[in-house]
Amino acid sequence: MAMKRRTRQLIYRLAMYAIFVAVVGWAILATDWPRFSKQFLNPEVAAGLFPDIVTVALVNTLLYTLIGFVGGALLGILLAILKLSSILPFRWFATAWIELFRGLPALLTIFAVAYMLPIGLGIKVPGGPAAQGIIGLVLVASAYMAEVIRAGIQAVPKGQTEASRSLGMSTTKTMFWVVLPQGFRIIIPPLTNEFVLLLKDTSLVYIAGTTIMSRELTTFARDSASATANGTALVVAAALYLIVTIPLTRLAAWLERRLARQR
Amino acid sequence: MSTDLIDIHAPAIEARGLVKTFGDNEVLKGIDLTVTAGEVVCVIGPSGSGKSTLLRSVNLLEEPTGGKILIEGIDILDEDTDIDRVRTRIGMVFQSFNLFPHLSVLGNLTLAQRRVLKRSKPDAEKVAREMLGRVGLAEKVDAYPGHLSGGQQQRVAIARALCMNPDMMLFDEPTSALDPELVGEVLQVMRSLAEEGMTMLVVTHEMGFAREVGSRLIFMDGGVIVEEGDPRAVLADPQHQRTKDFLSRVL
Repeated sequence: MAMKRRTRQLIYRLAMYAIFVAVVGWAILATDWPRFSKQFLNPEVAAGLFPDIVTVALVNTLLYTLIGFVGGALLGILLAILKLSSILPFRWFATAWIELFRGLPALLTIFAVAYMLPIGLGIKVPGGPAAQGIIGLVLVASAYMAEVIRAGIQAVPKGQTEASRSLGMSTTKTMFWVVLPQGFRIIIPPLTNEFVLLLKDTSLVYIAGTTIMSRELTTFARDSASATANGTALVVAAALYLIVTIPLTRLAAWLERRLARQR
Repeated sequence: MSTDLIDIHAPAIEARGLVKTFGDNEVLKGIDLTVTAGEVVCVIGPSGSGKSTLLRSVNLLEEPTGGKILIEGIDILDEDTDIDRVRTRIGMVFQSFNLFPHLSVLGNLTLAQRRVLKRSKPDAEKVAREMLGRVGLAEKVDAYPGHLSGGQQQRVAIARALCMNPDMMLFDEPTSALDPELVGEVLQVMRSLAEEGMTMLVVTHEMGFAREVGSRLIFMDGGVIVEEGDPRAVLADPQHQRTKDFLSRVL
């Protein structure tokens, strides 16, 4: 006689929990805690990181992310509109831009802005290495966001545009007051994703060169780790990244639910 | 600018030899249509007859392939014509309502007033509340479109068009997407608009409305106007075989 389905499911679930507890328990028991905490969870080393790891490194990380996100969004809106244009050269331009900066690793794009532009074309981007790194981030973000924004624009029903135009609204007014606000709601999840990716990509700005005051979290932590021959700085940096990203993705999910109710 | 020269004696809508093709498909085959101020012209016909395309050509949502369209004497196909300004004088109501779902009813009614007519916020809201009262939905001013019934949404859409103080209104099958019990409230609003003297061009399947409210009835088929005249006469005694066939199927 076979077990009842409900009983079988219960046993299956209990087995899963048991395996989970066993793996975590083994990891805790097998760890050489004194050595591990000295190397990675050292309170004295951690205390030495503050306040600079927050007031300089975290602030820079957030600043680079925000500039990259806003700059990328503005450029992305422009590129999305060009890509949807009826004028062929506009579409070519947008497609070439998007393919280039989406296809290159962010590290190489930042490198190109910082070193290839000045040497090749004599264009020196002002504002020092950090600014060059951020411009590289903006270029990369614009390519990704252009595609996301284009999808958002196309997801807005054609009748919305027709209703707006029939009220005498120009194409530009229609785009900014009717299409983009609705497209934005649709693309909140991929935009959140892009924000988090960008936050992590700020760790590549260092390739343009850094000063003490322009270091972001990862670079700051790496420098501290090699200076103290101790990994605690990396763990603290990791915690700081999560302290930013987890509430942010929760906030985006909440915003998405709230706007969905309004419809 | 040519749009400033409004000829008050010109017909509200005048189409001459209007042609529209989609690829190989000729949807309008040389339509001549004149709607004078105050007329309520209803357009009926089988699907694919070109009646919606004709209506949508009047405010240039469809760009005609050939012919001429004059709105109050202004040639809207002239490249120098500011089509956005002409459109503010032509209200349009769609089959699928097309309210802006991200804005409240008040937001729907004030957006174009503020961005196109440049009215102040209090002025625009005053007009919005007045028009909302006219369609009997004054209490829905803060609601979002998603929370309204289809009939209510369509009445808000009519109010939204009226907020621009248009000289004429286009209706593109305004009741076709509604549940049967909601059709009446929308037709009632349209009837009172007609009684107040609004110039209306209505594509519809509501023969009762066409008979009682329409001042003229146009039957279209295959991209041409087959027959037109007094609605009662056309519906009771159609002269053309195609009109007879169509009416025998829908009545």
